[in-house]
Amino acid sequence: MSLLDIIGPVMVGPSSSHTAGAVRLGWLARQCWGEPPKEVDLFLRGSFAATYWGHGTDRALAAGLQGLSPDDPRVPEALDLARDSGLAFRFHGEEIDGAHPNSVRFHFIGQDREMEIVGASIGGGSVRIQSLDGFCLNLSGELESLVTFHRDLPGVVAAVAGELARLGVNIATMNLHRGGRGERAAMVIELDKRIDGSIVDDLRSVHPALERMFLIPAGGDVR
Amino acid sequence: MMRSFAEMLLRAAQGLSLDETLLLWESEESGGSSVGWLRDAMASRLADMERSVREAEEAHCRGRLIGDDGSLIGLYRERAAEPLSGPLVLRACQIALSVATYNAAMGRIVAAPTAGSCGILPGLLFGYEEVFGADRERLLGALIVAGGVGEIVARRATLAGAEGGCQAECGAAGAMGTAALVFLRGGSAEACVHGAALLLKSVLGLICDPVAGLVEVPCVKRNGLLTGLAVLAADMALAGVRSVIPPDEVIDAMGAVGRALPEAFRETARGGLAATPTGCSLRKALVGEVPPLDAEEVQLP
Ligand code: SF4
Repeated sequence: MSLLDIIGPVMVGPSSSHTAGAVRLGWLARQCWGEPPKEVDLFLRGSFAATYWGHGTDRALAAGLQGLSPDDPRVPEALDLARDSGLAFRFHGEEIDGAHPNSVRFHFIGQDREMEIVGASIGGGSVRIQSLDGFCLNLSGELESLVTFHRDLPGVVAAVAGELARLGVNIATMNLHRGGRGERAAMVIELDKRIDGSIVDDLRSVHPALERMFLIPAGGDVR
Repeated sequence: MMRSFAEMLLRAAQGLSLDETLLLWESEESGGSSVGWLRDAMASRLADMERSVREAEEAHCRGRLIGDDGSLIGLYRERAAEPLSGPLVLRACQIALSVATYNAAMGRIVAAPTAGSCGILPGLLFGYEEVFGADRERLLGALIVAGGVGEIVARRATLAGAEGGCQAECGAAGAMGTAALVFLRGGSAEACVHGAALLLKSVLGLICDPVAGLVEVPCVKRNGLLTGLAVLAADMALAGVRSVIPPDEVIDAMGAVGRALPEAFRETARGGLAATPTGCSLRKALVGEVPPLDAEEVQLP
């Protein structure tokens, strides 16, 4: 908690968890999807489902998915903005045992791929992405974050970590999840330093088992 | 660690003003942000806050449950020659009501410390500026002092209604605003901190009970009312009244009371005003208007 967290964030109301946090979740999910989405199903859980209507959670999520930040005055009109630009959002409710009380599952549908992302708003506008395509990961977006999808082969983690070390970038946290030995895996690496997007292109080639890698800029959506 | 008022006062005794002391402390702890950068960032928060006041007063918003109470106070201020609570309190209350209503209507505000309590600080700061006059630097100093008080509350207790009830949101905002007012009046660092403690003691145990789970009833009116309490607590502190219980212990007590509050009183909308017959029927009526979740909000092209 710093002075700027106490006097802040600057946000569209009314709720830091159900509005500002929801914008951030949509924004992070869009970063993970990697391009402007065309079609998304959103499954609201817990109190997101129960009180979304009173906090503009639906508009907030749609705003984030369109790349808006929590302090963008267009958040309240996000559903109209989506309609105008031909984005399709469908909202559903779902009950999942043990799910975080303020959480949402995004199902992105693209031309030739789909992606599933679950995220939660954990209070005060902070959020966590909890799973990406079924991999249980932990991503807050507060630090510069590198996300990889790869095959679980020896040396992948070391190759990425080694290259980061060579670039002088310290790793703050790291979490990894795999489907099974030798199967698909995913990893989130939080970094202490901002890095240039072009570095990701070099990093991608450090090991042949790396399938997809992207960078989520630190606090890219907040002031 | 920036954890106690006791340490804050020790540091402030070394010669710098309280706002400078806090910026320096924060800069040391963050291990990176310079004092100048922090001051600029807080100045931009102050500007955002001022914008929220302007926009809120132009918008004349209503909520789903509440009306435009800020405008009612405005009309009353024009009518009543001598309002009982005095010019500062009434103006601060008007601003607080307008900004908190603007928040409920999805306006852009500065959470201070939370969205639900976002009217109190702008009410006190800009109300004071209007009624007594204050230059920008002084106002910025007051905002920094308010932030410093909030930081101690966050670290020793909590600023979340879901964890500590409304004493942790509107109560904390009131305490922060009290310290800001004492600072604006040229009071000592000790008076700032004791003013904050006096305010918190008077709302110890205040529950979080939003009707229908909306940030409207009782949230908006609590914003208005807490400005009055803050003005009085500031005057008491400036007069030399001190809290018998040391300010750090007051915050600790607030945290303990919050943890002991039944869940019904911590933002679940299942107790207090939310659970009154009227609170329940308001909720039912609102839920009845809600489109079913599986309805398509946006049609496929
Ligand atoms: S009643 Fe609850 S929701 Fe409303 S301002 Fe207080 S703490 Fe926030």
